[in-house]
Amino acid sequence: MLDLLNLFVKEIFIENMIFAFFLGMCSFLAISKKLSTSIGLGVAVICVLIITTPFNWFILNILLKPGALAWIHPSLAAVDLTFLAFILFIAIIAAMVQLVEMIVEKFSPSLYNALGIFLPLITVNCAILAAALFMQEREYTFAETLTFSLGSGIGWFLAIVAIAAIREKIRYSNIPAPLQGLGIAMILTGLMGIAFLSFSGIQL
Amino acid sequence: MSAEISTETGIPVKKEGLFSKNNIKVLNDPLDDINPITVQVLGICSALAVTTQVKPALIMAIGVTVVTAFSNLIISLIRNGIPSRIRMIVQLVVIATLVTMVDLILKAYVYDVSKKLSVFVGLIITNCIVMGRLEAYAMQAKPWPSFLDGIGNGIGYGIILIVVSVLREIFGSGTLLGYQVIPQSFYDAGYVNNGMMMLPPAALFLIGIYIWIQRGKNRKLINVS
Repeated sequence: MLDLLNLFVKEIFIENMIFAFFLGMCSFLAISKKLSTSIGLGVAVICVLIITTPFNWFILNILLKPGALAWIHPSLAAVDLTFLAFILFIAIIAAMVQLVEMIVEKFSPSLYNALGIFLPLITVNCAILAAALFMQEREYTFAETLTFSLGSGIGWFLAIVAIAAIREKIRYSNIPAPLQGLGIAMILTGLMGIAFLSFSGIQL
Repeated sequence: MSAEISTETGIPVKKEGLFSKNNIKVLNDPLDDINPITVQVLGICSALAVTTQVKPALIMAIGVTVVTAFSNLIISLIRNGIPSRIRMIVQLVVIATLVTMVDLILKAYVYDVSKKLSVFVGLIITNCIVMGRLEAYAMQAKPWPSFLDGIGNGIGYGIILIVVSVLREIFGSGTLLGYQVIPQSFYDAGYVNNGMMMLPPAALFLIGIYIWIQRGKNRKLINVS
């Protein structure tokens, strides 16, 4: 249990998706101009992450791993389908995002309107696919996968909300014209990354 | 090639040379005016993560160029047969197939680099450059210009990767492609490698400064995004 808690804290602060791996950077920079929209996108990313990553874990462990097909017939135990991982993962993510979109539209139209175009865009958010690939690379168990996806989702949410708040404030600062917008956002993200690096001293 | 397409779509198209003025423009524009990273804000994730050394950056740039060019070509060839509602999935399948091929080739020939790139090869799938160019260009354009557009954008992406990685490798570890470039006498005189260059945030600062210089020179880019 303590391991899981450690993993959870580690994913939020120490191995933060944005500040340690730069994942989901495109939407992070493009959609962090307003605080309210970035909160919506952050929530959507958390939802999609905790649905798709465990689902991909099942796909990996039931279909793809070497020996995973043994439950159909023992002679299939030698089959290794891991080279199909990219295609299946991304197909699952695209399908799940579509499904989440339809469910949200049906049961909570207000949330659906608030999220707007961000829901379909999450398909191509690197953070989602990266979570699945990290899960594969680090050979997590199911409980770890759940904790990992929740933790990294919350870490992503924290990061985008923080940068959006800073960018709203900085609009009134006197920045050299060529540096305005994207340039200063990059440098801000770098500074925040350095701040987050201080968490790496924590031993868990 | 262009003559065949024009009979299919019914749009009369003048026969163009393979490297006509328009095609060259398609190839050249992404290098500066519409650079995928600094102007279109696409594909930043991998640009930041793989640039601590020049070699992985170079291989990543080649991989992205190949995937962008060929997925543009394939999608452009079948663009009239894709129903618009499911075009995302069709595009993703094409991209994922190409990326799987690139990944297997890297694993076979340059295993150490492939280990270093780790998940970032797989992440070419969600590299916004590929998707972005498919949506913005290949869905409306003919195969040959789409192919050139893919190559142009791949090179535009590669330029940033190489600039950033050269600076990071020289100042961070004093080497270039693994060879020592800062002479030993510097170290004896008290020079130390800049540890910050090896940390992820350094890439952000360097790209931020690159954008500053680029927009300072090319003033029409100010405030595009």
